[in-house]
Amino acid sequence: MWKTLGRTLISKPLPVDAPPPDEAHLAELSERLDRAARLRVGRSLSIREVDAGSCNGCELEIHALNNPFYDLERFGLKFVASPRHADVLMVTGPVTQNMREALERTYAATPDPKWVVAVGDCAVDGGLFAGSYAVAGGVDAVIPVDLHIRGCPPSPVQLLQGLLALLERVA
Amino acid sequence: MADTLHSFLAGAERTAQRPWPRYRLDRRQWQALVDRLASTDWTLLGLWAESAEVHAALMDEAAREIAVASLACPDRRFPSLSTARPSAQRLERAAQDLFGLTAEGLSDARPWLDHGQWRRRPHGDAPAVARPASAYNFLPVIGESLHQIPVGPVHAGIIEPGHFRFHASGETVVRLEERLGYVHKGTEALMAGKPPGEAALLAARRSGDATVAHSLAFARAVEAALEIEAPPRAVWLRALMAELERIANHIGDVGAICNDASFIFMQAQCTVLRERVLRAATQCFGHRLMMDRVVPGGVACDLDEAGASALRALVAELARRWPELYDIYDNKPSLLDRTVTTGTVRPELVRRFGAGGHVGRASGRGIDARRLPGYPPYDGLDFEVPVLIDGDVHSRVLIRFREVTASLGLISQFLDRLPSGPIAVPVPGRAGEGMALVESFRGDVLAWVRLDEAGRIARAHARDPSWFQWPLLEAAIEGNIVADFPLCNKSFNCSYSGHDL
Repeated sequence: MWKTLGRTLISKPLPVDAPPPDEAHLAELSERLDRAARLRVGRSLSIREVDAGSCNGCELEIHALNNPFYDLERFGLKFVASPRHADVLMVTGPVTQNMREALERTYAATPDPKWVVAVGDCAVDGGLFAGSYAVAGGVDAVIPVDLHIRGCPPSPVQLLQGLLALLERVA
Repeated sequence: MADTLHSFLAGAERTAQRPWPRYRLDRRQWQALVDRLASTDWTLLGLWAESAEVHAALMDEAAREIAVASLACPDRRFPSLSTARPSAQRLERAAQDLFGLTAEGLSDARPWLDHGQWRRRPHGDAPAVARPASAYNFLPVIGESLHQIPVGPVHAGIIEPGHFRFHASGETVVRLEERLGYVHKGTEALMAGKPPGEAALLAARRSGDATVAHSLAFARAVEAALEIEAPPRAVWLRALMAELERIANHIGDVGAICNDASFIFMQAQCTVLRERVLRAATQCFGHRLMMDRVVPGGVACDLDEAGASALRALVAELARRWPELYDIYDNKPSLLDRTVTTGTVRPELVRRFGAGGHVGRASGRGIDARRLPGYPPYDGLDFEVPVLIDGDVHSRVLIRFREVTASLGLISQFLDRLPSGPIAVPVPGRAGEGMALVESFRGDVLAWVRLDEAGRIARAHARDPSWFQWPLLEAAIEGNIVADFPLCNKSFNCSYSGHDL
């Protein structure tokens, strides 16, 4: 373990080392995100993730935001365990009929001011699951949405771009 | 010598399902099957319904035989298998919810997937019965100094929704009861009427973390129904993707398990390795999770030379780093103190439920769909299927460590022996019925499909391995402390979406 830790200390940090192709703009994106987070929310924005019916693909990529490549917390954006601690609800999935009430109650439990980010193609309008007897629709069929991040699932870079867009709007 | 599964069913009418036979039983024969199950160790592989028919897939491991038994139930009733196979219970509750059938003798007939919120009945013509979602009778508890801890459906982490009802005596869990179905999306009803290529998009999204395995199971079921075969190169590329998926998930889970024991160092290391796998997947196949890359008839994209060398570099790096991480895990007494003897599942329970994957193999059940029934290209390949017997969180971690190593070995063999040629064949539009078993990182996925005359999906069903693992989690946590639940849960890592259909 000490060997691994030591190697981590002397090797280049991962976020800067991020190679192309799909990470070409990561460094630039990181810088903008950092600036916006500092300016708008004083580097403190808490996110509560709610899976309202996803296939769990979006969750995997949202998880990846916490890995050392994307390291979301360096911008002061962090995931919290309760909606009562959250500024932002990040909602995935087509909202299933069975999750509708839980989502409404989670929204009600989040203090104002709050923002809702709908993540993934399903969260926009139900995606492939639209029209099912068991699906209420996209996230905005149940609670108001401030920003959609498309993708199936959106990559961590797309998620970072989306959060940046949110920060630039929050003022 | 006792009858094998096929000889027992041989008296019934046989249909043209491929590659394993399906038998149409009458009510008396079905009842005889229920009785017979009580005295055999045949494994229930799945149970699903149609509007007036119920199907049960079974495996006779000793004879290496698989078959489906069907019972037409025009009166919408069928004798329950749950008396002989408790693993049938939730599947039958789901069949009741979805098709309005009644499983006679089902010991627990509470609704399962239906929370009273649906707009209409999924497959039948009856209107949905609306009731408050909270109107669910959890099992009663009688005793002194017990308290209840309700958790979910919205959990504290970035995970899927489900409800856990704990009854605890002080710190000790006396009983856990799960309530699932929150992410039921009606996937199977949506698949009906679509051509296989379109339905494959839904199959790929049954459980995002096992998208390759679910796509592969669906594709193989369709190909079996139509009696076509994916070209050799596609078969090998599919296996390559499936092993990459297995590696990415096991690495992610080992990190997450350690994280739940507050050993964040391992989580950080594992997320870096997982990210490297996903980046290699993007470079080779154009999608981080390789979603929609396995399609009926073959694969949707080829592997070029640059991709192959990226994979070789990835395998070399993982082969170097993974044993180092194992040594760290194995030399941390404070971590082992949390995982060893925690969340034990007894071998007889695993056998009774036919649980596969790391849950089964950590408790002595060495079944792996790549070996039994087996499918190409694994037949001629050399790989270890690790089996342990202690059944605790530690054993499930060890199985995952060893399966990553085995998969790395497989990927090297794939890259060395990858055949050339086309990567897909056309999918003809005709009728047929097929079934497939495919090993996902969690265990065996069963897919079954019936195509109508135009080649469209008449009925498609998939049974995620989680169906037979979720009930065992309830057993694993019993007698453990509440604080060890996340650890137990993560060591299983059952799918909610895959289970909820």
